[in-house]
Amino acid sequence: MAATDISLAQRGQATVQIFQRRRIISFGVLLAVLAYLTYVFFAFNVPGLMERARMDNAAILVRDVYSYKTHVTRDNRSGGLSVAIEGEQKGTYPAGMLPDWVETADGITDISLPDGHSVRFAPEAVVYTHPGFGQITVIPSRSGIELRLPQGQELPTWINASKTRVAITTDAGRLTVTKARTEVFRYSFGWELFFFTLDSPFYGKSPTELLGLALSDDQLRPGQSNMAAMVQDIWTNKMWRHGDVAWAIFETILMAFLGTMGAALISLPLAFLAAANFTPLRSVRFAMRRIFDFVRGVDGLIWTIILSRAFGPGPMTGALAILITDTGSFGKMFSEALENVDDKQIEGVASTGAKTSQRYRFGVIPQITPVLLSQVLYYLESNTRSATVIGAITGGGIGLLLTQAIITQKDWEEVGYYITLVILMVMAMDSLSGWLRNKLIKGE
Amino acid sequence: MTDATASASALSQLQAHYIQHIQRKRLYSAIMLTIFVLLMVSGFMLADDRNAGGFWAGLHQIFDFPAEVLTEAGEKLANLPGLMVKFLPSLIETLNIAGASTLIGALIAVVLSLLSTRGLARWPRLVGVFRRSMDIMRALPEIVIALVLIFILGGGPVPAMIAIAFHTAGALGKLFSEVNENASLKPVEGLQSVGATWGQRMLLGVLPQVAPNYLSYALLRFEINIRASAILGFVGSGGIGYDLKNAFSWGLGRYDEVAAIFIILFLTIVAVDQCSSYFRNRIVEGR
Repeated sequence: MAATDISLAQRGQATVQIFQRRRIISFGVLLAVLAYLTYVFFAFNVPGLMERARMDNAAILVRDVYSYKTHVTRDNRSGGLSVAIEGEQKGTYPAGMLPDWVETADGITDISLPDGHSVRFAPEAVVYTHPGFGQITVIPSRSGIELRLPQGQELPTWINASKTRVAITTDAGRLTVTKARTEVFRYSFGWELFFFTLDSPFYGKSPTELLGLALSDDQLRPGQSNMAAMVQDIWTNKMWRHGDVAWAIFETILMAFLGTMGAALISLPLAFLAAANFTPLRSVRFAMRRIFDFVRGVDGLIWTIILSRAFGPGPMTGALAILITDTGSFGKMFSEALENVDDKQIEGVASTGAKTSQRYRFGVIPQITPVLLSQVLYYLESNTRSATVIGAITGGGIGLLLTQAIITQKDWEEVGYYITLVILMVMAMDSLSGWLRNKLIKGE
Repeated sequence: MTDATASASALSQLQAHYIQHIQRKRLYSAIMLTIFVLLMVSGFMLADDRNAGGFWAGLHQIFDFPAEVLTEAGEKLANLPGLMVKFLPSLIETLNIAGASTLIGALIAVVLSLLSTRGLARWPRLVGVFRRSMDIMRALPEIVIALVLIFILGGGPVPAMIAIAFHTAGALGKLFSEVNENASLKPVEGLQSVGATWGQRMLLGVLPQVAPNYLSYALLRFEINIRASAILGFVGSGGIGYDLKNAFSWGLGRYDEVAAIFIILFLTIVAVDQCSSYFRNRIVEGR
């Protein structure tokens, strides 16, 4: 009786000890993780980064993604007026065409802004009407810019005035007056000119009107059906460049396709040389494996640099960079798959008097096809993403357009558009590769 | 007699059927193969056409650049060890970017994967939402997030770290949730019966079962992330990639630096690959 009691107590103690040790280990791991993150926090100088972070840039970025601004500019010397979306040449309203919130008569221009704000360009003065503040008059003249506030009002923080420049920034818009010109920014929601630019006859039509036009025989552009004209106008849209973007997406997918499939085609025969059951020569096997390791180890980045030196920028360079890197990965995986091949099937095929090539064709290939296909298709999907990144370095595909748009630091709506397209593209390739995998491996 | 003829005709019918079947299958295979070859060839020609330099013109130039780098590195062989030491801090930064982003990404992935596994989810109705969001996180290439963040935060390792962590969270989250699906629910039910909260059930009932698999996937991801962080450095986000870009765009005269960076990057990637595959094998066998 006493003996079992003791052993029970001992066992209980041992269990408690195990639990304590485990607890210490898990606390140790937790502490190590925390310590590492703290080290990184200071090594990356995160506190300094907080100070340097440009939150105003973030605000610009976010606002630009979901809205656009229209510039209304008057040249103070000649008196000429121009209205341009995002201030770009491509988005300038042609003569005689104005947005409905701008009215001109007898040299006076009235611009209505949201929330009851408005701006009037009179020949001698500019008047900004702020409902909660009053009328602000700015008079540009040769000697300087004169600012007249409403009676009894102090200079508010949202007006920035100096002898040469007055800027009024409110939630409704922005007015800048210099000697040379007067400019109003009006912010509006959405992506303007996404389908049709201002020079298109289809600009500003509602979807139902467009549908009606598409079906009618009344040609807006003689010699071309409305449907064809619409497609052409969208495709050649100068602001959003849908045609170029579609090409870029196609180029990116092409890079991934050529790279992945090329790598698979090259590495399959090489994998036989690296598999122990097909290549008895140890030295050949060793050499092949080291080649695969080398090619994988020299990173895709280094291959991209080397290749872009030889072939110049473009999709071919990207495809070759993917091809070379993946030849190493595929070679390794395929040779492992080949080493796991069941010999019985090969012997069975051999017993019918098959030649070597027939033994491979009917004894080996059917066994490794599922592994091979599923790996290749998986890589096809992941290489679509890599091709975007490689495209940014070598200069091809959607990666290039994306980096170009980001570098301008003002076309954030285009960046948003491209990012959406990249996400959709990768997801589509994901489903395509999943569908093909099911179809080719499980189905048939 | 009639039996024999009947079975003979049945056999020949079967044979004809079989041959027809095989022929149809071969025809399909041939069509598939033709389409594939056509796609490859036309794709190749198209890509060649849209490339700045042609494939055939460039082919013999592939080794020009490595040869230039090697000759210059050969002339300045004595510089190499010193340069490798000089770039060591950048290499450590690259490794830190990969390490921290794998760690942070994996922690987010654990939570996301538990939230998106049927049977374990805290809010079963939101499983689809979490899965979709992981899909989106996975689909976004790191470079996109990094470039946008550089605009806001300025250059340096942090944008790269956030970008890679974001992608890692999506990629690991999917793998982790596949692991979770195979976890036994018995410990979870046991814990539930004694009134454990959701967090306690996951921490004590699920995580001990799946931790080795998590670790193995996270190690694999660390390998991938080292490569990614080197690439992000090249577009302006700190680490060894940034030094490589500087040395590389300087051109002739600093190719010894390029060579030194190539060597340490190559050695690091190979070393990490070997270590991680060793540990992954041990984790898998140790169970």
